[in-house]
Parts: sequence; structure tokens; C-alpha cells
Amino acid sequence: MNAFTPNKWIGQRTIRPDGVDKVTGRAAFAADTTMPGMIWGKILRSPHPHARIRKIDTSKAEQLPGVKAVITARDVVDFPLDKSVMLGIQDMRWMCRNVMARENALFPGHPVAAVAATTEAIAAQACALIDVDYEVLPWSIEIDDALKPDAPILHEFNTFEDKPSNITGKQEVKKGDIAAGFAKAEVIVERSFATRPVHQGYIEPHACLVSVTADGKATIWSSSQGQFMVRAMTAYLSGIPQSDIRAIPAEIGGGFGGKTIVYLEPLATLLAKKSGRPVKMVMTREEVMRATGPTSGSKSTVKMGAMKDGTIVAAQGTFYLQAGAFPGSPIRGAVGCSFTPYDIPNVLSTGYDVCSNRSKVAAYRAPGAPIGAYAVECVLDELAEALKIDPLELRLKNAAKEGTKAAFGPTFPRIGFVETLQAAKGHPHYSAPLGKLQGRGVASGFWFNAGGESSAQVNITEDGNVVVTTGHPDIGGSRAAIANICAELLGIDYRRVSVIIGDTQTVGFSNLTGGSRVLFASSMVVTQATETIIGTLRERAAKIWEIDPEAVKWENGAAHPASPNAGQFAPLTLAELASKANAMGGPIGAGVQLNTQGAEGGFGTHICDVEVDVELGIARVIRYTAVQDVGRAIHPGYVEGQLQGGVAQGIGWALNEEYIYTRDGKVDNPGFLDYRMPVCSDLPMIDCVLVEVPNPKHPQGVKGVGEVPLVPVLSAVANAIHNALGKRFYSLPMSPPKVLEKLDAPVQQAAE
Amino acid sequence: MPKLHVTTTINGEPMEFLCEPDNTMLDALRNDLGLTGSKEGCATGDCGACSIMLDGRLVCSCLMLAAEAEGHEIGTIEGMSQGGRLNSLQQKFLEQAALQCGICTSGMLIASEALLKKNPNPSEQEVRFWLAGNLCRCTGYDKIVRAVLEAAAELREARP
Repeated sequence: MNAFTPNKWIGQRTIRPDGVDKVTGRAAFAADTTMPGMIWGKILRSPHPHARIRKIDTSKAEQLPGVKAVITARDVVDFPLDKSVMLGIQDMRWMCRNVMARENALFPGHPVAAVAATTEAIAAQACALIDVDYEVLPWSIEIDDALKPDAPILHEFNTFEDKPSNITGKQEVKKGDIAAGFAKAEVIVERSFATRPVHQGYIEPHACLVSVTADGKATIWSSSQGQFMVRAMTAYLSGIPQSDIRAIPAEIGGGFGGKTIVYLEPLATLLAKKSGRPVKMVMTREEVMRATGPTSGSKSTVKMGAMKDGTIVAAQGTFYLQAGAFPGSPIRGAVGCSFTPYDIPNVLSTGYDVCSNRSKVAAYRAPGAPIGAYAVECVLDELAEALKIDPLELRLKNAAKEGTKAAFGPTFPRIGFVETLQAAKGHPHYSAPLGKLQGRGVASGFWFNAGGESSAQVNITEDGNVVVTTGHPDIGGSRAAIANICAELLGIDYRRVSVIIGDTQTVGFSNLTGGSRVLFASSMVVTQATETIIGTLRERAAKIWEIDPEAVKWENGAAHPASPNAGQFAPLTLAELASKANAMGGPIGAGVQLNTQGAEGGFGTHICDVEVDVELGIARVIRYTAVQDVGRAIHPGYVEGQLQGGVAQGIGWALNEEYIYTRDGKVDNPGFLDYRMPVCSDLPMIDCVLVEVPNPKHPQGVKGVGEVPLVPVLSAVANAIHNALGKRFYSLPMSPPKVLEKLDAPVQQAAE
Repeated sequence: MPKLHVTTTINGEPMEFLCEPDNTMLDALRNDLGLTGSKEGCATGDCGACSIMLDGRLVCSCLMLAAEAEGHEIGTIEGMSQGGRLNSLQQKFLEQAALQCGICTSGMLIASEALLKKNPNPSEQEVRFWLAGNLCRCTGYDKIVRAVLEAAAELREARP
């Protein structure tokens, strides 16, 4: 290849490094892995929403031929209730009880025992032979039920306002004087909203394969959003030191936040240790729906006050989020993100974490933020209507910009929110004519984004190519973006850069794939490592030419004299320098580990058109445009993919997805037939407008992009349906039965 | 109960395997034949990640008994590229960024190939309805539909 061809890869739609494996069926996901002597693990789950576990008799199961190990909570390391042990945002007291019920079973599907046997069928048969003596207790699932004075309390040690309570947390964000703000307001809109629990809906069920050898060393292949999280949690819950656990990240078949905690890995490790055999565990779809995720159901009230000219002077939000069986609902996202797109002088935002007898929530794409934005952005729509101001104009008038102090703390540097509003306003979609029973809605959204720990090792191979190892599982195409950046820095073809995700024992600590951190953080460490390598390459060339390293420049994949004064030398390419590496000082490579800082939040503005079939009550999204400040699109194809995927999930949340419970407290729709995620024929093309306002705190200007696109969707769809029908929905999903009910209701609320 | 002996053809190769009477074709492919490209997302025929071809017809291998393969021809994702070369659909999926996590990709490709064999010039709507049995949670389907339409156009051009 010609070393002097400019190699500019940032912003190019290159082929992803893991792509060919994935279009040929060769990519190894966790459930695809096997080992000699492997046996199968299965979990026995509680059928009750709430029950005290008096006794578990596993003797009959243990005697069944083919059964190699049985475990219960006795085998899992206990974390006593009186002392919190945090791992990231997870409290190990809850994690240890979530993977295996200890004192009480707290939701239908809560694991109570696990079996490993030579076949899946024998393991299932053995589970049925385990005798659990339950004392069935009263239960509650819905927030209102869990907050009743006589509600069964899930965690008796917990008090709120000096009484035992299912409210296990409160968070407040304040700015200015809320009472004074509303006193000044000329127009006030206050509304209450409800959303149902929805599942992340990854197509790959949780799966792992674990080997524990006779000397106590464990190897875990699993599908997760963080091999280091898997290692740490498994170490905590099994008692095996982290240095003896090699957690290998398999390809992950979707996570969306739902694979940021463990369910199977500690149990498979304990079963493997006890049986002496490698143990594979794969959840069924039903287990996924009953016992993992989902995100919170919610109820909220939002009140906003404005002057007649549209200046918003006060905003108050109260958000109750279902945590499920253990504390930890994403109130931070609801409380902190909802009003953040706007520069409002007086804000009070309060969130309550409510436990109830449902599976423990797991993170879901911008956790909490879509729930908060749904309420806030619908109220804004009503405010715009009351003020007779265009909804985008109202947002523009109040938009946060550089220097705005967000209620949750930071003062914004240069941000691109205004640009997203302007782009939406000027987009042909916004002025396109609408037909009968069609409506248009807009909404905006914010997500914090994260940085945090990241490690990378960049090595130059003996033949002058590049291997980059990072530590964050790649879900959405981060390897492709890393290849673009590293190739551009080195000035070589991107195909010469191989990007892999290392396991816990071969790459330095890297935080979870979550918080939209991965490309922000990993490109920072990869950039530093690559720059170190370029420094080495310049030094090597300087040594060969016997000139000063400062007199050598690196350009288009080769060392050149920096100027004619430095001397006349033919360029030394990466391949030439690599071939001389050992003679000139040794192998060329660099590792960087950082706690990355400067992940600025992201903003988006969406336009949605719907058409409502008033006979069937079906609201269909017929056109959608997502505008987002993405910092810099390193690989535009996968940035658009994040926007399009987030929008599709939001449309599902808005229109169809919900957990439905039976009268006896069980999930009634634990499968893809009845839990209705959008299919291909439900959606239109999803247009993306990538606004690029580079992050001033990142070498390539990268901002996280993965979570923002889910935040505005629920309200954009709700506002569009309101625009189409003149009727507003205050609860999700806006599914056909609810739309029909609304259409049949007498017209009385319009003048409310 | 003794295992059943099945003689079949997979991706053009004669194959034999033993299975339990209640094993699905997906179990046989993944656990006995080492063909793990077909994925299990639901085991109820709702997600399409296990899509295979049975005598030229698109089926969910999770809804087919392994024993039913006897005497029939099965096509899986592992047989899609011939002689180490990607076919048009595989290539377009890569170029269009039509996959993110990749768990649905095998099924999407098998289903798309079945469509283009039946209908070499599908409209966007025809692609969307044909692929309605294949769930993808990552992409919002936009780029998948575009990749299928582009591959169709390329295949039409390549034909005499």
C-alpha cells in the first residue's frame, strides 16, 4: 500500500472488525461456548410474590442419577443487612439476595436453589424434586399498593419518616426558590403521569459457562456489559479472589443496561466448584422476563410555570419509581435529567425509590430519564398550547446553553442543545403537511453520560500492523470506532488495526459498558497509547538517521524529517520500523489506564408523526426524525444506529410494551408474543440528524450517544397522538385498548 | 428411550446425528452438530433468531423437531457464504451497519435470502412485512431494510 495516501478514517463508515464473524454465524456468544465434561445448570424459582423460606430440602434432588451439585443461599457468601458493601452502584447486600433468595423470596421467579446435572432435562427434573417450605406472605406490586399504610413491608429494617416503609430512598435536586417561582408565574400547568415497567428486551438470554479447576481457579465465559463487574461480583459472592477468576467477555447479544449486573455467573461458579465440572447455564426467555430487568414502572407529577412571553420561571417534579424487590430504582435519572435541557431559575425535583414484589430493576438505557422526560415534555407541550407558542420555539426560548447551571450541579461548557432545536425547526419534516388523523409531536431530552475507568494496550506487530486491546464489551460498534481513531492517528489503513476486547486477566480494569461511556473513555486511553507509540516511532527513526527526535515527524504512516534542515532521508514506514524494532530497543507498544473525566451530557430533539386508526385504536408512527448533538461522529453508521435503536425502543415503550400481572402477582406476558416489542413492519425509516458540537474535553470531541435517543421518544409520541386526536394520554402504553377507550369517552377534558 | 438416528443434508453436506425425540432442530444444530450460528432468543417461534431453510422454505428451527430433518435439506447461516466469499446480503449488512450486537443477524440474513429468492424486487413494505418475524432490538430495522433493498438491487443487476 502507498504510505503517502492520506488516511482519514474519523467520520468514515468503515466495516466493523467483528462484522464478518457476525454475518457468517461464527461470532461466539456465551451460549455458543462448550467445554469437555460440561454439565448444565438450572435454577429453581419461587412461585410466590412474597414468602418466607422456612426450609429447603434438597436431598431427593441430590440423589437423582446425573445430578452433580445442588446449591442454595447457604452456599452463597452472605452480606449482612446492617452493613452496605457497594460495587459501583450496586449494593452487595441486595445482589447476594437477588441471585439467591436468603430469608425471603420477594418476587415470582426469585431463585431459591440451583442444580447442575449431566443434561438440562435431568437438571430440570432435579429442581422439581427440591422441597421448599414457604410461608406465603401478603404482597404488593404497584406503587400505590406498596405505599398504602398497611402494605406488606419487603425490608423490615428500612424506615422512612421514622416508620417501616417500602420507600427505600429519596433524592432531591433544587435550584432557586420554587414557591417564589410559581408565585411569579402567569401560566401554570400541572399534570400527573404513569408508566408501566418495560423490559430491555435484548434478544440474547443471559448465559454463561464456568470452569473451576481443582486448584480453585475459575474461568467464566459470559454475556455481560462488563467482564470486570462479572469478576468482582462473582468474587464477592463465591469467595474466590479476583486474581483467580478470569472473566472472558463473550460477544453480547444486546444488553441496554440489563446486563450490568449478574444473575447466573456466581451460581454457575458455585455449582462448578461443588461438582468439579464445567457448568453452562442459559436462561429461557420466560426466565429473562420474570427474573431479570425490567426498568421501573412509575408515577409522577410535574408542574411548570411560565410568563406569558414563554419564559419558564418554575418547575417542580415528583417521581415515584418501582425498584422491585431490592432498593435501587433509577430516581437519579428522573430527578436529575428531566428539567436539565432548560434554563429554569427555580427547580425542585424529588424522586422516591419504592420497593415492591417484582423483579429487581436493572439499568435500561438512560435509566430513569425517559420516565421523567415523558412527564416534563408533555407538560411543556401543554404549556406551549396554553401560551400559543410553537413547541420548539418555547424550548428554544428556554434552552440550556454554555454557562447555564443545571439544577443537578454542573455549569455547562459549550453544548449543542440549541443547535438540535434549530435543526429540528428547519428540518423539512417539521413543516411537512399532515393528513387526516395524523399528528406531529416534538420532545427533547438529556442524559448525563459517563466517563470513568478505562484501559487499553496498543501493540505494533512484528510485520508493522496494530493490535488494540480494550476492556469494555462492544455492543453497538465501538470496535469499529476505535479502529477508525487509531488508524487515523497512525495514518494507516483502518484494516491494519485489529481491535479486540480483552478478558479480566489480560487488560487493565475497565468499567462497565454503560452510561454511554465506552467510546468516550476507550478512545481517550487508545489515543494516549497511540501517541506514546508515535513518540517511540519518531525516536527510533531519529536513532536510525542519527538526528534529534524533535526533528522527526510522523505523517501518513511513516517517519519523515520534520523539515529540510533535519536532513534528507527516505521516509521510514511503520512496517520498516517494526521490522527493526528489536535491534533498535525492543518491541513497540504502550498501555494506558485512566479514570477518564470530562464526559459531557448529551441532548437530543425528536420529531414524530403518527397516524391513528380510530377503528382499531392503533397509533402508528409514520415518520420520525431524531436530532442529536453527538459531539463527533467517529463512525456515523453506528452513531445513527444508536439513535435509530433508541427511538425504536421508545416507540415500543410508548405504544405497546408493558408488564402485565395476573391477580396472583405473576407476570402474565413473559414472552415476545405477548410482550409486544416493535417488529420491522411497525416502524418507518428513522431519520437522523447528527449535530456535531465537539466535546471540548475529549481529544476527538466524543460525547456519549447511546442513551440520549431513548429519552425524548415517549413524549414525542404522546405529543403526536395528542396533536392527531386532540386527546392526551397521561399513562403509557398508548396501546390499542387504551386508545379505543379514550376515543369512546365523551369529549369533556378539552377545556379542563 | 433410545436416541433417534437422523440422516439429513445440511448446507449441501450429508449429515447424520442422534437426538432425543423431543429435541428441536435448533438443539441438534447447536448442541450436537456444532452449528451455533442459529441462535435461541425465545424457543417459541417469536424472534426468528433461529431461522433456517428447510427444503427451500423459511422455518424457525426452534419449532421443528430434530427428527423431522430426516431425508430433508437444511440450510443454515454457516452455509451462506460459499468458498470463503460473502454473498451480497452479508456484504450489504456490513456496509450498511445493519447489525449491532449481531444476535439476530443470522436469522435476519436467512430470512432476507428467502425473501429475495421468492421476490427479487421487493418494496420497502414487502421487506418490512417479510422480516416482521425477526426481532432486532438494536437497530430499529432501518439499516437492515436498506441493506436488503440494496442487496436486491445488486442481485438484479448481476443477473443477465
